[in-house]
Amino acid sequence: MTGKVYGTARAALDGLLFDGMTIMSGGFGLSGNPETLIFALKESGVRNLTVISNNCGADGFGLWLLLNNGQIKTMISSYIGENKLFEQLYLSGKLELELNPQGTLAERIRAGGAGIPAFFTKTGAGTILAEGKPVQEFEGETYVMERWLRADLSIVKAWKGDTEGNLIYRKTARNFNPVMATAGKVTLAEVEHLVEPGSLEPDCVHTPGIYVDRIIQGTNYEKRIERITTRPRPAAEQA
Amino acid sequence: MAWTREQMAERAAHELKDGYYVNLGIGIPTLVANYIPCGLKVVLQSENGMLGIGPFPFPGEEDPDLINAGKQTVTQLPTSSYFSSADSFAMIRGGHIDLAVLGAMEVSESGDIANWTIPGKMMKGVGGAMDLVSGVKHVIAVLEHTNKEGESKILKRCTLPLTGKAVIDLVISDLCVFEVDRKKGGLVLIELAPGVTLDLVRAKTEAAFTNGLPVRKDGQ
Repeated sequence: MTGKVYGTARAALDGLLFDGMTIMSGGFGLSGNPETLIFALKESGVRNLTVISNNCGADGFGLWLLLNNGQIKTMISSYIGENKLFEQLYLSGKLELELNPQGTLAERIRAGGAGIPAFFTKTGAGTILAEGKPVQEFEGETYVMERWLRADLSIVKAWKGDTEGNLIYRKTARNFNPVMATAGKVTLAEVEHLVEPGSLEPDCVHTPGIYVDRIIQGTNYEKRIERITTRPRPAAEQA
Repeated sequence: MAWTREQMAERAAHELKDGYYVNLGIGIPTLVANYIPCGLKVVLQSENGMLGIGPFPFPGEEDPDLINAGKQTVTQLPTSSYFSSADSFAMIRGGHIDLAVLGAMEVSESGDIANWTIPGKMMKGVGGAMDLVSGVKHVIAVLEHTNKEGESKILKRCTLPLTGKAVIDLVISDLCVFEVDRKKGGLVLIELAPGVTLDLVRAKTEAAFTNGLPVRKDGQ
């Protein structure tokens, strides 16, 4: 068996990219973003992308780099929030957006990875996001049919990973990464700590290595914080 | 005197019950965490994958891997747990969360809520709001009673695209509190902010409502 470990992001992406492809990218806000692989995607110049990600980075960070570089044609997301470029491109018609409720987005990806082509959810019933989608009543309530999401390539970020592709995420940097790892035709993981087999406690593995095709040691993590919020230290501790 | 943002959050905190699992939206709802009544055990859920949100960190102890759904740095508690976005929304959609407090741009007398876009002008995206309103057992909407032009945001019908239809149980504005009868539709005024009169609420509210204020002994 060929090893899953690649020396660089560029090497790991080799042979996988084509214009018009669909890419899933993990992360919530700026937490748990595959920073190294996103930068390599920017460098590759691949275009006309459909990107599935909860957000689209923020000024100068994460997927914003691809948006700013004109590489993204369509976003499938739940939140635009404080990303001015995303909002402007969408409102001016320069970017296609398929907006999903966040839980529906997560479940569509989970369904994609689990081989379930569609499911019903109450979320969005009676709103414009359900327009055109089949609805059905179950026990007196209206549910909307949602379809699975799969991608040509999933890029995810974990805290630790071994050479077999087993992954462990850290705190809320987990978010969309585990489901996205299951829903790519090819899944690329970048980790802060690439470790040897036997270093991870099997009971603690979040993503089993079967889902990960290629893995790299991530580099130059900025791990930017969008909203640093603190509380004052109690007076006694300040002394 | 109308309620301030903090006082609206404090009023919303009165709805908390011991043992509740609670999701707080961005803005005023986040402030509810500051007013959890003493002695009440409440577990806060963050839809990006955490149960048991701790207080904001001390300066210098921020962790980029530990944020709430509003992207603010937070801390963990000894009883906290982390999970994926899919697990988080299974929790929400599956009806395991007791209470959600959400900000709103408009609410209607039938319990509809709009809080995600002004077509052509503003597009924040829906985030987890649609999932929360359809899956959480009790939903409170918190909003300013009127917009900058002084027009009512509590309406017969919402004018903005909906987040959810007939999903709100309680509306807390800076002027008053309305209960929503989700089955039959209709608002019941149950409380006024100090110094706010019934006439003022009537003048500032487009939606129809019935007066359910407790009758005062002095006949006022």
